[in-house]
Amino acid sequence: MDHRPQAWGRPRDDVYGAYDYSYLQSGGPKQMTQSPVVTGTSVIGIKFKDGVILAADNLASYGSLARFTDVKRLRVFLGTSVVGFGGDVSDMQYLDRHLNELAIDESYEGGGAQEEHGEKGKLNAANLHTYLHKLMYRRRNDFDPLWNQVLVAGLDAAGKPHLSSVDLRGTAFTSPSLATGFGAALAQPIMRKYAATEEDAARLTRDQAVKVVQDCMKVLYYRDARSLDKYSIAVVTKDGVELKEDEQLEKQSWAFAEQIRGYGTQTV
Amino acid sequence: MAMFSQNPLMNGPNYSFSDAPKTSAPEGSREHRFDPYTDNGGSTLAIAGADFAIMAGDTRLTSGYSINSRHHPKVFKIGGTTADQHDATIVLSVVGFAADGEALKERLDSICKMYRYRHGKPMSVKACAQRLSTILYQKRFFPYYAYAILGGLDEAGKGAVYSYDPVGSYEREQCRAGGAAASLIMPFLDNQVNFKNQYVPGSGEGHALQERERRPLSRNEVEILVKDAFDGAVERHIEVGDGLQMMVITSNGVEEILLPLKKD
Repeated sequence: MDHRPQAWGRPRDDVYGAYDYSYLQSGGPKQMTQSPVVTGTSVIGIKFKDGVILAADNLASYGSLARFTDVKRLRVFLGTSVVGFGGDVSDMQYLDRHLNELAIDESYEGGGAQEEHGEKGKLNAANLHTYLHKLMYRRRNDFDPLWNQVLVAGLDAAGKPHLSSVDLRGTAFTSPSLATGFGAALAQPIMRKYAATEEDAARLTRDQAVKVVQDCMKVLYYRDARSLDKYSIAVVTKDGVELKEDEQLEKQSWAFAEQIRGYGTQTV
Repeated sequence: MAMFSQNPLMNGPNYSFSDAPKTSAPEGSREHRFDPYTDNGGSTLAIAGADFAIMAGDTRLTSGYSINSRHHPKVFKIGGTTADQHDATIVLSVVGFAADGEALKERLDSICKMYRYRHGKPMSVKACAQRLSTILYQKRFFPYYAYAILGGLDEAGKGAVYSYDPVGSYEREQCRAGGAAASLIMPFLDNQVNFKNQYVPGSGEGHALQERERRPLSRNEVEILVKDAFDGAVERHIEVGDGLQMMVITSNGVEEILLPLKKD
């Protein structure tokens, strides 16, 4: 038995061979996130008549392992905007802390005084998107990226619905509907049927848009192996954010699974 | 045998992490798996006329086979007095990696605004063109992965188009196509703008053939040419489509035109 604390919790040398100490180097090139570890899958968002809806499931995966099943990936900012995170969960938590600081600073700047007059904070969703875009682009220039793709939902300065995205390289864009990860292939075509253009989105009612998002979350659960049937959904309007973090997918039908042939244990 | 030894080994567990032998560091530096660049597709086009210049670009933003956005402009007014650029006289188009293009646009815009503030007059296209080259070359060893085209009117009021490579080489040209469908559009432009391979019918055989005389195109002709060029590119390139944004620069200012393209 090796009694030295330095050896505790280490693979035994006599079983696994000498430990590769290069992983513990303090000198040498600085190590930065080079690939995501614990990850969240798709985030989806769609604009409607008087706001935006954002949804993401509550799973954080460790590779193919469903590691954490109660992780909230939608974050409210200043009670007026919502940020949805896909990708690395530790980088999401870093951004969350950073946005907390920003929100406190922003409230001191005069947001608090405005709140009494019915205005909440100065930074709207469009401003927040620009901020995150600059932050992510800076980090990619430093070769120290935050391994996320995020969606920002809320209202812009004119009070119009705002939905936009930033990824780990600082690429920023907007669209009437957006989806990250697997959602870009599975959910986006469904959402585009209902909100192909800004005009289409401006005709969608809240109930219609919620239904579309629920359908998309169901499709994602059927076909994305790193997803969960427990999800969060946020509705942002001028009246604020309604965030539900413990939604359950309803009326699933797995009957189609029996029809699938050609892979897995099924050989005929 | 080392595995039975209770002594700290130089290549085994030591008393602190920082004491780990430096000799066990891997040879050379580790591979960085992060690639800071991507290609967001799309195409741009600029043509200079006698007293105008037209800058155009499609509005699709792609990543791989996905369409990220159907309306993401690549053509920008530069150096106006305010953020809405209502009095801008210079237009920049960028295509390639969208994040770098955006950063490049914002840098050039703020430089042009500072110039206007310091000198009390807008920057000339010639000066702006030289400055853009310098900006690009300053990042020679971590380049902005963007193909830029700058357009405006020169001191004589003639249409001016300057085209760039990502590291700042530039030249003034009559016309230029950039981005994903550049190789599809450029030969069409050579033929239709500079009348390349067009000869006077019956003027002779072989070397005796007379080239068709070059003449400046009218604004209307150029607008049709731009639309035709993009309709052709959309048909044959998957990264081009959705919308066509055109900026027409004349002595009266910059006029913006938005036309639909195929969305498939």
